Amino acid sequence: MSKKVAFLQGNEAAAHGALYAGCKFFAGYPITPSTEVAEVMSAELPKVGGKFIQMEDEIGAMAALLGGALAGQKALTSTSGPGLSLKQELIGYGCIAEIPCVVYNVMRGGPSTGMPTGPSQSDVMCARWGTHGDHATIALMPASVQETYDMMVRAFNLAEKYRMPVHVLPDEIVAHMRERIEFREPGELEVIDRAAPSVPPAEYKPYDTKFGDVPPLAAFGSGYKFHVTGLNKLPDGFPTTKAEYVQAEEERQIRKVMANVDEIVDFEEFKLEDAEVVVVAYGSTSRSARYAVNAAREQGIKAGMFRIKTFWPFPDKQIKALAAKVKGFIVPEMNLGMCSLEIERCAQGKAQILGINRVDGEPINPDQIVEKIKEVK
Amino acid sequence: MAFDYEKYIRPGKLPHIWCPGCGHGIVMKGLIRAMDTLNLKKEETAIVSGIGCASRLPGYIDCCTLHTAHGRAAAFATGVKLAKPEMNVILVGGDGDGTAIGGNHFIHACRRNINMTYIIMNNYIYGMTGGQFSPATPTGHKASTTPYGNPDPNFDIAKLAIGAGASFVARGTAYHANQIDKLIAEAIQHKGFSVVEILDDCPTTYGRRNKYKSVVEMMNRLKDVAVPVKAAEKMTAEQLEGKILTGVLHKVERPEYCEEYAKVIERAGGNK
Repeated sequence: MSKKVAFLQGNEAAAHGALYAGCKFFAGYPITPSTEVAEVMSAELPKVGGKFIQMEDEIGAMAALLGGALAGQKALTSTSGPGLSLKQELIGYGCIAEIPCVVYNVMRGGPSTGMPTGPSQSDVMCARWGTHGDHATIALMPASVQETYDMMVRAFNLAEKYRMPVHVLPDEIVAHMRERIEFREPGELEVIDRAAPSVPPAEYKPYDTKFGDVPPLAAFGSGYKFHVTGLNKLPDGFPTTKAEYVQAEEERQIRKVMANVDEIVDFEEFKLEDAEVVVVAYGSTSRSARYAVNAAREQGIKAGMFRIKTFWPFPDKQIKALAAKVKGFIVPEMNLGMCSLEIERCAQGKAQILGINRVDGEPINPDQIVEKIKEVK
Repeated sequence: MAFDYEKYIRPGKLPHIWCPGCGHGIVMKGLIRAMDTLNLKKEETAIVSGIGCASRLPGYIDCCTLHTAHGRAAAFATGVKLAKPEMNVILVGGDGDGTAIGGNHFIHACRRNINMTYIIMNNYIYGMTGGQFSPATPTGHKASTTPYGNPDPNFDIAKLAIGAGASFVARGTAYHANQIDKLIAEAIQHKGFSVVEILDDCPTTYGRRNKYKSVVEMMNRLKDVAVPVKAAEKMTAEQLEGKILTGVLHKVERPEYCEEYAKVIERAGGNK
């Protein structure tokens, strides 16, 4: 049987990827340039008995999302910069209460309203640090329509496995460009469901570390009664201010991600074997970077690309290893140097770092990158 | 035989955090009696709150309980209810939580007419943060942030709920303790979004700033201002001056959100 193929934009592919992953609940609020996700979900979810709700605001959408997720559903919201700012309050709630869900955020310009229809990559730090308090973050960066579909499945898997909100951060170019896409057959991609409690209701504690760093989450209405709060809590879910519990819980919630960084961090290495100059790129910018690397090689420069697919946790280990052997990094990004900061942190002065930074709503083109590659000494 | 509250109370979670003289405990007892009257199954009941003194209530009740962020109870609860319409979903919280920071979620929950019951304990003040004025603080009254008297007009929460589309709206008081469970039970039985405003007292942060000498005086004020809707029908406008109507203020049949969404699924072919 031949595969179902379609000519879709990134946002539409994201919705279909979510459906493949078993998403049955969507709560959102209209915002350019992500609204197509909501439109597709509003049409497709009821066909599979799922629920779509358009809430009164972005915060309400995040709240309903967490409510639906606690009631046992795989839950998705979509938004863009200003909406991500508003959602931060309850992304933090999802982190501390450990509620799996996926936040798909299309990056447009900013701060504030910025350029609603322009591309940007300036939400990477907002996704990482936007909510207050210490917490771990997982954020994925698709570079094509097919990859957006596939990454949505992975985002749900990571959310369910690590019991936390997971970000998918396409830039507006990836979100709105159209490409051929193959729908995945059932079983073709792994689909992970959250661990169900193995103990009877009377013994259940929602944060019982006896079961490891990611304790099983029961669903409301499944026979299990338990308490959920945004306060620092004990293993039974009730609030505490006891220092030893608070410290241990906060550390566990970060450890559950950071101890699994090798599994979570995904990346692509392109012509890196002998590379002296490495372009570190993500999202649509990596498409220009790939072209630029080939063009530079035609001019005799040993260039390569490290493509970030998991922005958070940041690929520290890989960048550190590259810094020890290459002359320099070129970091093209549609912001004023957010990824560059991370590269600087990892490279620790061992390699030259040259940024290419555009926030004018125009993509970074290959020629710009080739010129910058030539500047590496 | 005395009513057994303990069957709905979580073992080991009392004493509660509320101050002596606070009416929240009276409301909690009313809720428990209502749940018992309706024989609500604990594992099929979600109690959802925001932030504040009243919002600590869910922690004491042995159900699926969700203590959310400030003002967000109605939005979280909407997600729970839509995902699992078979659950009983009850919201509890205070006046500031529900009508200021949560005001938008509140009016839209009323508009959707989603089958949940929202119990708002209106003590006219932000109690947990130490007595700042809320949207329910009467004009001219003192709060920690209105030392010269409150310049803001206040909401009539029940009227707000009716205006926004709630299909059942009732009001009681912490003084009229025996009425609370009946109002809550009727609200839960009503199909649609039901709001029960309970006029409450905060002797600690509101009473002492507004010249109430004792909790008894605050309770007596609730007794004096409350007029049952039936009794009000026979009273003149002059007699009703300064009074507050209690009982079931509004009850209409309107399409319920989850049932309407079930029709969406039907139209989309999702029941196949």
